[in-house]
Amino acid sequence: MAGIIIMWKRQIIRYWRSKGRMLGSLGQPILFFLALGFGFGPIYAKAGGGDYLDFLAPGIIAMTILFTAIFSGIEVIWDRQFGFLKETLVSPVPRWQIMLGKTLGAATISVLQATLILILALIFGFRPISVLSIIPAYVFMFLIGFLFSAFGIAIACNLEDMRAFPFIINFIVMPIFFLSGALFPLDSLPKNVVAVTLFNPLTYGVEGLREILTGTGHISLTASLLVLVAVSAVMFAIGSYFFSKVEA
Amino acid sequence: MPNTIISVKNLTKKFKSLTAVDNISFDVKEGEVFAFLGPNGAGKTTTIRMLTTMLKPTSGEISINGFDPTKQKHEARQSFGIVFQDPSVDNELTAKENMDFHAALYSVPREEREERIESLLKLVGLFERKNDFVKNFSGGMKRRLEIARGFLHHPKILFLDEPTLGLDPQTRNQLWEYVRKLNKEKNMTVFLTTHYMEEADKVAKRIAIIDHGKIIKMGTPKEIKSSTKSPTLEKAFLKLTGHLIREEGGTAKDRMRAVQKSWGR
Repeated sequence: MAGIIIMWKRQIIRYWRSKGRMLGSLGQPILFFLALGFGFGPIYAKAGGGDYLDFLAPGIIAMTILFTAIFSGIEVIWDRQFGFLKETLVSPVPRWQIMLGKTLGAATISVLQATLILILALIFGFRPISVLSIIPAYVFMFLIGFLFSAFGIAIACNLEDMRAFPFIINFIVMPIFFLSGALFPLDSLPKNVVAVTLFNPLTYGVEGLREILTGTGHISLTASLLVLVAVSAVMFAIGSYFFSKVEA
Repeated sequence: MPNTIISVKNLTKKFKSLTAVDNISFDVKEGEVFAFLGPNGAGKTTTIRMLTTMLKPTSGEISINGFDPTKQKHEARQSFGIVFQDPSVDNELTAKENMDFHAALYSVPREEREERIESLLKLVGLFERKNDFVKNFSGGMKRRLEIARGFLHHPKILFLDEPTLGLDPQTRNQLWEYVRKLNKEKNMTVFLTTHYMEEADKVAKRIAIIDHGKIIKMGTPKEIKSSTKSPTLEKAFLKLTGHLIREEGGTAKDRMRAVQKSWGR
C-alpha cells in the first residue's frame, strides 16, 4: 500500500512543480475548443444540431484527459534514461503496485488538467444540464484517465528511445481522438465508420460524459461504464505485465 | 562458523556473442566485506545486476539470503540494498524527498524514519541542503545522497557498485568508516566493487579478481599480495590483469573514469 501511495505522490509533486507543463498542455484543448466551437458553432446550429459548444465541451474534456494520460507514459522512459527507474525496480514492492501507483498518478493529473478545461468551458459559455451532473462526470473522467495512462505506460515499457515515443503515440492517439465522437456526432457517419468507433474505448468515455453533462448521448450510461471499466482492467493487466518485464 | 549469505554457482551471462560473465562461482559469508575487483568490462556490474534481480542469468545458480533472485524476486529484494554505479536519484525531488521515497518503498518503520534520514544526511554532509532540489547538486553530492539512501533501510546485504567514484578523500574515508561500522554493529554483509585498490585492501576481508568474465584469483588481500609477490594490491592487480587499457563502455561514468585514469594516476 505504501508503495502505491508514494508512486502516486511522486507524480503529483512533479506535476505540481512543473507549471510550464501544466499550462502548456492546456494550449491544444483551448485552441480546439475556441477554433472549432466558435468556428463551427453557427453551421452546427443552422443544421439543427443545437448549441455546438455544449456538444463539444465533453469531447474536449475527454481529449484533454486522453492526451495528458497517454503522454505521461513517457515518464517511464525518462526514469530509465535518468537512472531513477532502477531504484524502483530493485525495491521489494510488487510490480503491479508500482504500476498501479504510476497509473493512478497519471490518471489524477489528467483529471486535474481536464478540470481546468472544464472551468474554462464554463467561462466560455458551456452549460451542463445541472451543476450536480459534474460529480458523476468525474467518474467517467477518471476512468478515461486510468485507461489511457495504463495504455501509455504499456507502450513506454516496450520503447527504449525517448524520441520515438511522441511519434508512436501521435500515430495511435489521433485516430482514437477523431473516431470517438468528440468533435462530431457519430450517428450521421457511414455505417462502417460507426462500427469502427464502437471498437474505440474513448467513444464510450465521450458518450458517457456527454450523456451525463448534456443528456444527449447515444449509448446507455451503464453500457459505457461497463466497457470503460472492463477495458481499463484489461489495459492495466497488460501494462503490469509489460512493466514486470522491464529491465533497467 | 557464519552462514553463507550469497552463494553463486557456475553463473554465466551471455549477450549475443559476448560472454560478460563466464561460469563464476563464489560464496560470501554473513557479515563479511567482499570485494569484486576487475578492469572495466570485466563483468563486475553484470554480476551485481544478476545478483540484484535486474538481469536474468543465462545459466547458473544464485542464492541471496537463501532466495533465488530469478524466482523469489520479492524475497531477494527485501534482503539487500544497493548503491548503483550510475546515477539513480530523482532530480526533480529534494534530497529529503528522495529519502522519503526510499523509506516508503522499503517500509522503514514510520517512527524511525525521520531520525534515520536526519542522521544519514548528516553523515554524508547533506543535512543543511535537505530541502534543495537534487538537480542543483554536484556529482559528488548526488553520490553521497545515493549512499545515504542505500543505508536507509538497514539491509542484510549491501551492494556497492563503485560507490566512491568521483568523491573527495574526506567523503571516501567517512563512507568506508560508516560501512565498517554498519558491518560490525548490524553484521551487515557488504559486496563491493571499486577501482581504488587501497580501499579494497583496507575494507575488504576477501577479494575476488575478475577479468574477461572469469574469476582469476580469490582470497584475503594478504593472500593475493603474497601469492603474486607484490608489495601492494594495485601491483598484484596489474600483475594478474595486465597493463592493457580496456575497451570503454559509452556511459558518462566510463568517460569520467578514462579521464581520471589519464590524468590522475
